[in-house]
Amino acid sequence: MKTQKIGAWLAIFFGASYFIVPLIATFEFSLRMRRGEYSFDAYRSVFSDVQFRESFSYSIVMAILTIIFGVLLVVPTAYWVRLRLPQMRPVVEFITLMPLVIPAIVIVFGYLRIYNSSSYIPFTGSARGTDALLMFSFMTLSLPYMYRSVDTAMRTIDVGTLTEAAQSLGASWPTIMFKCIFPNVMSGVLSGAFITFAIVIGEFTMPSLLNRPAFGPYLQLIGANRAYEPPALAVIAFAITWGCMVLLQLVSRFSKSAPSKP
Amino acid sequence: MSANRAIDLKKKAIDWLGITPFLLFAVMFLIAPTLYLVTGAFLNPAGEFTLENIGGLFTDKILASYWISIKISLASSIGGALIGFWLAWAVVLGGLPSWIRSSLLTFSGVASNFAGVPLAFAFLATLGRTGLVTMLLRDCFGINLYASGFNLLSFVGLTLTYMYFQIPLMVLIITPALDGLKKEWREAAEILGATNTQYWTKVAMPILFPSILGTTLLLFANAFGAIATAYSLTGSTFNIVPIQLYAQIRGDVLHNPNLGYALALGMIVITGISNLIYIWLRMRAERWQK
Amino acid sequence: MSFLELAGIQKSFGPVQVVKDFDMTIEKGEFVSFLGPSGCGKTTILRMIAGFETPTAGTVIINGRNQNELKPNQRNIGMVFQAYALFPNMTVHDNVAFGLKIAGMDKSAVDARVKEMLGLIHLDHLADRYPYQMSGGQQQRVALARALAPKPQVLLLDEPLSALDAKIRVSLREEIRMIQQQLGITTVFVTHDQEEALSISDRIVVMNGGRADQIGTPFDIYNKPATRFVASFVGTLNLIEAKVVDPATNRIVIGDQEITLREPLGSIAKAGDKVSLALRPEAGSIAEGAKGDTALTGAVVSSNFLGSVIRTRMKVGDAVISFDMFNAPGLMPPAVSEIATLRFTASDLLIIRE
Repeated sequence: MKTQKIGAWLAIFFGASYFIVPLIATFEFSLRMRRGEYSFDAYRSVFSDVQFRESFSYSIVMAILTIIFGVLLVVPTAYWVRLRLPQMRPVVEFITLMPLVIPAIVIVFGYLRIYNSSSYIPFTGSARGTDALLMFSFMTLSLPYMYRSVDTAMRTIDVGTLTEAAQSLGASWPTIMFKCIFPNVMSGVLSGAFITFAIVIGEFTMPSLLNRPAFGPYLQLIGANRAYEPPALAVIAFAITWGCMVLLQLVSRFSKSAPSKP
Repeated sequence: MSANRAIDLKKKAIDWLGITPFLLFAVMFLIAPTLYLVTGAFLNPAGEFTLENIGGLFTDKILASYWISIKISLASSIGGALIGFWLAWAVVLGGLPSWIRSSLLTFSGVASNFAGVPLAFAFLATLGRTGLVTMLLRDCFGINLYASGFNLLSFVGLTLTYMYFQIPLMVLIITPALDGLKKEWREAAEILGATNTQYWTKVAMPILFPSILGTTLLLFANAFGAIATAYSLTGSTFNIVPIQLYAQIRGDVLHNPNLGYALALGMIVITGISNLIYIWLRMRAERWQK
Repeated sequence: MSFLELAGIQKSFGPVQVVKDFDMTIEKGEFVSFLGPSGCGKTTILRMIAGFETPTAGTVIINGRNQNELKPNQRNIGMVFQAYALFPNMTVHDNVAFGLKIAGMDKSAVDARVKEMLGLIHLDHLADRYPYQMSGGQQQRVALARALAPKPQVLLLDEPLSALDAKIRVSLREEIRMIQQQLGITTVFVTHDQEEALSISDRIVVMNGGRADQIGTPFDIYNKPATRFVASFVGTLNLIEAKVVDPATNRIVIGDQEITLREPLGSIAKAGDKVSLALRPEAGSIAEGAKGDTALTGAVVSSNFLGSVIRTRMKVGDAVISFDMFNAPGLMPPAVSEIATLRFTASDLLIIRE
């Protein structure tokens, strides 16, 4: 009994050191810009950088668009599969897990080959088109998380009965979808949204290969050329991830239908 | 009769219409790109069937990059699984205060998503040549990490960095499995004469084994497909498969597009197999833990 | 010399005392049920016998040996849990063999014993199944076989039937009792279901708030409840408030009807005292020519058809008395507000003295 407790504390001590030391080191490093004293110069330098602001807002807009379109795709699908096509469930679930199986770099490689400017659907032919393709690629990346959290939320409400009740009261399909289903799976939608946000903000591979000015490639560029700004950016990125996860936890605690990792 | 049948058909059509957007999306952005690469791997530039590209993978340079990728993924997934299991065990069965459990799980949620470029920055600031830990070891303990052969931009360094998101992922997935160990199983084993060791070797471990092995495979695939951390840590000097593929996409460094498809196919096969075994093992584990 | 002895057992969890000074001896081969509502301490006593809990005070003695210092895995006790607790990674055969292998029995002996045990529970044909492939009732029978396989000194059953369907519950409890008698194994059974306890026990311990309210045979517990708690917890019971008329002649009055009790009121009762009486619904009848030396007359309040019996309620003074009649073809249930006379034997009317 006693040795067990010592082992447990040892594990926590070891884990905590491994996880916390890099965070402290990063923060410390980010303060070293001014020689001989600690300062927030690195942060000032980051925030005053036009490229930072541009790439960061670009990624935020992308994240929001990804969330909106992702939700519009996933919620009706999950709903419809539960209500009308239960036999398709394994297929749909398998598809939603595919982005975990196929590495992102492979997927984007495929995009570059079939949607190039000389193809039938020349997404990459224009900047707007590439933005759209990038958004679809982000949707693909977040699909496993979004689908799972929405589907988990849907499991807790009885979709069939809810629909029949709404229909018997004369509701139309759009009304059912937006007035009955969406509000009830809001917790799942929000959980999925926060994870999507965290993924999109930091994603490097896809925007880099599609040549779009997103935050991920910007980070990489700074990392290759500057010394003190990268740790400052890492601290900022960690804070964003932390914020997303805390919001996610809050949401799932209120609804008690936490999405689990696939 | 026929009118009913028409209504039936119409209903069926509507049913399928409902998931058409999803299927269209899946075909356009998941299935078609993948299929394109997979078939491309078996074609020569003239569009004829060939196994040359697959054969082309078995050259020293490409084999070496697969090998280093597999090594790093294996090391970081096994290391992550062991340490993650140890941590999860500590919070579930170690009798620790409950705030530790909730802090660990919250932190794991964050850290498992804290990958990519910023993670590389964090480890450079920690274990890079002027990183905090490197300096502290040198100034306080007289240990010169880099003189003793350590390099963050190496197999060990990259493994250590990857474990920063591997351990939390293991914690997140294995904690529910440990929670699923019923107290009665331990009591039943005990009352039948089993010691603590016998309970762990004969009951708990066999029950947990599919989850542990499955999650290790998931971590493996997770590390195998990752590129951003390694790329921003080492640039293109460190030849893991994703970096090789990245360079190929950017500039056809292999001078053969179809060989690039074969490289991608190799990645899909490796991550695909580990993921499929993971899903299969997970179904097994869930069946047991009902 | 008794086989299992619980002497001065107490158990506290923090400030809460869940078992208060419990004493009992159980004979070899006896089937004893602990009956009571949840939180009465019955499961805690079982877990102390098993060794999962250590008594705060007192000793558990099995076969003359003090068990307090022994760990659960040293006690040679069999236990069946409410939620089956079969090892999900093992087949039925391996589950039953678990304790035998731990004990170091060689393979052929293990196989023979497992076969014997599976024969006992009539599940030989499922030896290669996994727990998740079986129904709850089958799983619980396997759990029973697993507990019995190493020939334990004592068998402990922790609400083994409460997770099962009503029909399986009845058939399995009969099976448990048959196997127990066949093997002659000392058994302690914990349940909150009075029907279960009454049907299979040699003796019943009715627990209430950490104490035993009554220990006795099912017959005694049912027919001579010692306290109001036992009377109300075991079976359905009419509790009737009456007033003493004359303690010397045992005369009392219910409403405005005077009757004579068989059981002596005792010396401390005086005229005008209130007294609580208990009457089982099946003890009386309003049929023509019903037997009984005592009668109460009242108006029928309601009459419910419950299948095999008809439960009728009638008002006598302020008291409402329920009684059951067996259903029979041609029997007319009494109509509401009809005046009926209930006859019963005076000795069935019990005085409840707390």
